[in-house]
Amino acid sequence: MTIDKYEPKPPGPVLEEETETFLLKLYVAGQTPKSLTAITNLRRICEEHLKGRYEIEVIDLIEEPALARTNQILAIPTLVRSLPTPISRIIGDLSDEDQVLMGLNITRVK
Amino acid sequence: MSPSTQTMSPPDPTQTKIPPEAKLLKAPTGIQGLDEITLGGLPRGRPTLVCGGAGCGKTMLAMEFLIRGILEFGEPGVFVAFEETPEDLAKNVASLGFNLRQLEDDGKLVVEYIHVDKGAIAIAGAYDLEGLFLRLQFAVDSVGAKRISIDTLEVLFGGFDNTALLREEVRRLFRWLKDRDLTAIITAEKGEGTLTRQGMEEYVSDCVLMLDHRIVDQISTRRLRIAKYRGSVHGTNEYPFLIDEGGISVLPVSSMSLDHKALTERISTGIPRLDAMLGGKGYFRGSTILVSGTAGSGKTSIANFFANAVCARGERCIYLAFEESPSQILRNMESIGLDLHPWIDSGLLRFHASRPSVYGLEMHLAKIHKLIREFSPNVVIIDPVTNLDAMGTNSEVNSMLVRLLDYLKSEGITALFTSLTAGGDGGSVELTKGGVSSLIDTWLLLRDIEHNGERNRGMYIIKSRGMAHSNQIREFLLSSTGIDLKDVYVGPSGVLTGSSRLTMEAEDKAFALTLQQEIDSMQQKMDRKKQALEAQWLAMQATFQAEEVEMLQRMEEKRKVQSRTAVDREEMGMSRKSD
Repeated sequence: MTIDKYEPKPPGPVLEEETETFLLKLYVAGQTPKSLTAITNLRRICEEHLKGRYEIEVIDLIEEPALARTNQILAIPTLVRSLPTPISRIIGDLSDEDQVLMGLNITRVK
Repeated sequence: MSPSTQTMSPPDPTQTKIPPEAKLLKAPTGIQGLDEITLGGLPRGRPTLVCGGAGCGKTMLAMEFLIRGILEFGEPGVFVAFEETPEDLAKNVASLGFNLRQLEDDGKLVVEYIHVDKGAIAIAGAYDLEGLFLRLQFAVDSVGAKRISIDTLEVLFGGFDNTALLREEVRRLFRWLKDRDLTAIITAEKGEGTLTRQGMEEYVSDCVLMLDHRIVDQISTRRLRIAKYRGSVHGTNEYPFLIDEGGISVLPVSSMSLDHKALTERISTGIPRLDAMLGGKGYFRGSTILVSGTAGSGKTSIANFFANAVCARGERCIYLAFEESPSQILRNMESIGLDLHPWIDSGLLRFHASRPSVYGLEMHLAKIHKLIREFSPNVVIIDPVTNLDAMGTNSEVNSMLVRLLDYLKSEGITALFTSLTAGGDGGSVELTKGGVSSLIDTWLLLRDIEHNGERNRGMYIIKSRGMAHSNQIREFLLSSTGIDLKDVYVGPSGVLTGSSRLTMEAEDKAFALTLQQEIDSMQQKMDRKKQALEAQWLAMQATFQAEEVEMLQRMEEKRKVQSRTAVDREEMGMSRKSD
């Protein structure tokens, strides 16, 4: 399991809901092109729209197949927003940014 | 169809030649009957598609395949559930007597529940279903599975909208299963005009089973058909199957050959006089006996006396009652001096009563098969078989009976059917069950004989294969002591039964009596005459004797006189000094 941690920066003048920290889990299966694309896309989107208030956990199911069962993962890659609740899921290599933002319920930063 | 493959699959140029050494290996399912119609089981190491509509028993088949695989063949399994949660599955099979949890705890079974969110997932870019494969691999590895059931794969199509991708993944899944030598069952929903809704059949080329839950005339029957079994001979009919306390049983009811062994042993009919009519020994064991007759002619009584004789020998008998409740039959039999309770108590006799209309013909057949397998009887009685007639067309009923008779014969079980015939005279009575009569070995016909203002029962043997039998009509009498068969009165005025017979018998008796009396009186007369003559003879003898004595006395006297005269004459001469 690779965990990329980004220390949240001191909060600026933002809206109440935008202070929440996002915990995002990305389930991949090995170093496939799709997985790598997904990781890259996720990091880019987070940097752009959730700067300073997100945490990404990349879980390789080849190493931990049992987690696929516990978390009901079928499609690879699957992104799970664990926090803030409610939990939501997005599948795909995250190349469709609009869908990712909609799925994560994040307002686009202009 | 290519003769070398001998399957019902459509001609396939790539598959026409199968060398014998490449013979298909089969994995027995352990499911009652299924292995028989597939001649050994499902193709080993290959996927089998099981398709059918909702509620037709797909899940149950898929589950039982795994459970029996574990319990009977030591092959661990994985159940991939797309539709039901493990809890529901465990509950469902618990009702069939299987403990899913125990199998899981023993490390023999994994129930892999795969939840597919229907449409609730946002899709952002390219994906595949590698997660599914990882999970299957993990599950298979964790128990070393040899068998896998996937129920129902098509649920995937509801969860993901990229059909092209899904088809690719399904194709990959089948390859994946084959690569791992997993004997698999994949269930799929029946589609409109196709075997399955999502065209799964195009991925599975080896074996396709179709389940069906049909309702005809408000009666439902489950059926199974092997739509395809590449490389294997198989039964091609629709086979009825049941799901009950013991799981699934499929009935290979039309046996493929006519090779049952004929037994030579004879068993008593329970009615001594009937035994006598049947060459003195009764029915053949393993034969089929039809007792047909009009209402109230005594068919059930003959059946019950037979049952009694069977149990009295310590053998087992199933009595399938389609008309009367067991207690009613028992009561009625007591009225003719037959108490069957002891046999029921000792477990030798089992009554199974059901209305013919509770389920379809196939289901009846299925139930009968099941009962027979469980109870392993020596004799099966069906009373009356004609009540099944209402359950289908003539040909359906006949084909069911043919299959049942076939099965019973192949098991060496003696079967006695009663058959209700419509009233009326002579010929038409014998024509009943025309289609079945050729299968019957011994056919007893009970008839009402109406004469002189009363009805009596007559009985005769229409046929009895392989034995010398009586050609006589007997009068069939039921009394509080049982069944008696009487010779009918055949006189100048025809066949007489009942009181006419009694009258004629009485007349005969009277005539005989008169004759006897006459003979007696003549004898007496003669005796008297003889005595009289004898007396006379004695008297005459006595007279003669008396006369004889007198005569002798007189003769003696004369002789004495004679001799004295001679002496006197000599003395005179001497005195005269004669010379």
